[in-house]
Amino acid sequence: MLTIYINGTGCISPQETAAGGPLLARLHEYEQVRLATVDPDYKQWIDVKQIRRMSRVVKMGVGAANLSLQAAGIAQPDAIVTGTAYGCLDDTGVFLTKMVNQQEEMLTPTAFIQSTHNTVGGQIALLLGCNGYNNTFVHRGFSFENALLDTVMMLREGNAQNILVGGLDELTQHSYQILSRFGLYKKEPVKTMELLKSPTRGTIAGEGAAFFTLGTKPGEHTAAELTGISTLYKPMWEGEVIGHIMKFLEDNACTPNDIDLLVTGRNGDIDQDDIYEEVVEALFPEHPEASFKHLCGEYPTAAGFGMWLANGILADQAVPDVAMFYGKAPRSIKKILLYNHHQGTHHSLILLSHVE
Amino acid sequence: MSEKVWIAGGGVISGIGLNLRECLRAFREMEPGMGAMKYLSSVHRNTFPVAEVKADNDTLADMAGLPENISRTALLSLIAAREAWQSSGLDDISRYRVGFVSGNTVGGMDKTEDFFAEYLADNRKGRLQQVMHHECGSVTEIVADAMGIRHHVSTISTACSSGANALMYGYRLIRNNIVDVVIAGGTDALTRFTLNGFNTLMILDQQPCRPFDETRTGLNLGEGAGYVVLVSDSLAAQLQPWCRLSGFANANDAYHQTASSPDGTGNYLAMKGALDMSGLQPQQIGYINLHGTGTGNNDVSEGIAINRLFAPHFPAMSSTKSFTGHTLGASGGIEAVLSAISVKEGIIYPNARFEHQMKELPFTPATAWSEGNDLRHVMSNSFGFGGNCSSLVFSSF
Repeated sequence: MLTIYINGTGCISPQETAAGGPLLARLHEYEQVRLATVDPDYKQWIDVKQIRRMSRVVKMGVGAANLSLQAAGIAQPDAIVTGTAYGCLDDTGVFLTKMVNQQEEMLTPTAFIQSTHNTVGGQIALLLGCNGYNNTFVHRGFSFENALLDTVMMLREGNAQNILVGGLDELTQHSYQILSRFGLYKKEPVKTMELLKSPTRGTIAGEGAAFFTLGTKPGEHTAAELTGISTLYKPMWEGEVIGHIMKFLEDNACTPNDIDLLVTGRNGDIDQDDIYEEVVEALFPEHPEASFKHLCGEYPTAAGFGMWLANGILADQAVPDVAMFYGKAPRSIKKILLYNHHQGTHHSLILLSHVE
Repeated sequence: MSEKVWIAGGGVISGIGLNLRECLRAFREMEPGMGAMKYLSSVHRNTFPVAEVKADNDTLADMAGLPENISRTALLSLIAAREAWQSSGLDDISRYRVGFVSGNTVGGMDKTEDFFAEYLADNRKGRLQQVMHHECGSVTEIVADAMGIRHHVSTISTACSSGANALMYGYRLIRNNIVDVVIAGGTDALTRFTLNGFNTLMILDQQPCRPFDETRTGLNLGEGAGYVVLVSDSLAAQLQPWCRLSGFANANDAYHQTASSPDGTGNYLAMKGALDMSGLQPQQIGYINLHGTGTGNNDVSEGIAINRLFAPHFPAMSSTKSFTGHTLGASGGIEAVLSAISVKEGIIYPNARFEHQMKELPFTPATAWSEGNDLRHVMSNSFGFGGNCSSLVFSSF
């Protein structure tokens, strides 16, 4: 089977992930229920006049996409695939608010134009002048995973050598208000490093963008290959998740013993973290485990942050202390299994292997 | 691995009919679906004609077997997806590895915009039930859950090409042996959000739209859903498939967020790519179901790209949006079903209200219904905001 290499990554998140340097060296420690991205200087990629008109999600997408292409040394990808559950919420909210308040009169087009879910993918193509395949997946907790699957299929089909793929979501005042009313978040602020041990329901809200330049040939700095990706929709019970993981490992010619590090999407909600306990107990009882949602918050495409972290761990052959959840980081890390779920309904598996 | 991917069936609900046969009858009888707004509540009610599905939410909910407070986008989707499945002859869905790939542009916005009025007045108000299915993916899941589909569910949103991209992705899921059957297409209900959005762009016609006519001044919005059932070789062998999905391409115009480039670069690349994948020469295409929105910009860009690729052998072509209106995320799905049945039954659809040839183009669209034509290969175009351009080619065996 064709090997798919992660040749460059770019991540904009509530942590200092866009600046380069050692992985998560300087922790941004929060004590709040809502995290926002630490923004890089977008002027390095986008014209100042355009920046003012762009919403945050477009900026973070363009920024992370550029970081990833730069890291891979690729000027022009053959395709651009984007995953976003919520799309351009800010512009949607702006247009909707004006439409309601002004009784459908005297509206201007800018917010509407920028509200479509493919705005980010379209803007990246526009800025790069990329005429290639361009697609946007908007399926809740599978948005990023489906984008990744599309990319993997296309590389295997031989129709592209380098593909830019990413997942991103923004949090807005409205979405935070409304999602809070659904009871998704903690009632009280929690410290970053205490979230995953929190004994209560609810998690913290997050946002961010993670892009990857995937290719069929390794680049100069390539540290990882994307070995496998799989999703599981609405499992009936824990046993189905465990069975799915076993089957996934088997399909990728490995067993739990071959996994050096487990990276999980624990989010500090006691109800939602239960399944991670079940899986660990059944399949990975002695495995070291790292986690990431205390760093980036919960959002439907957070697995993108997890994959960015896993790639960084393989590159450094070390796990940042702030990400370690259980056990001791192994000295040699060859395979990482990322297991994430979003709201118990969307489960995903991403397997990365070290490239020497 | 499945070498080819077949269309085993299809279903449509639109402003001209509640199922595919009703829609075909409307084309045959020259009965376009535009009229004054009846179900959407908007201050623009008397200004812009729209092609609404001729049923209220209670009726659609009855047809779908869902609660009537569910987003109209999901009701339309389930009705068309079920029709598609039933037409395929596949019977019990639990016997197969099935994927559901659906495109839409605004998810459950029809309910969100009702919620927002109360919510903006007081952010603790507004019934949460109304925003529960705001996300595009949530609409897809209502349908997947109702039909018992779990192997693969995904939602694509590339504006007006969403439905077409769903077919491409579904084809590739089968070719990559991830599933054996995919219900692929798109859905969108009319909303004030999109109506007002298109109004700010000043591309809505206050009269019934006139695609590919020199006097065209804009589009009419429509609503609906359309899905095909894609199957692998081994399943096709047990069925009577309509035709094959033989080629497709997705390209980006990379010119402007909402406008097409004057020379239709993305349109050309999509059509050329689809032909290349099918292994066809332009003159082998018998009919093109145009994107043909009726805006000044789209029709000239699309037409110039067609001229560049097809001259001097122009196939028959028409814009079925002259009947259904522009159904946005659904259009690629609806037009895929119309194109697939066109190959099977040799149908060329009429382009309603065409009178004046465009000065930039050497060809004119078909204006009359005909069936039993010998159509081996049919192309369907879908172009959207964000520069997203897609073309599909359907071929007989």
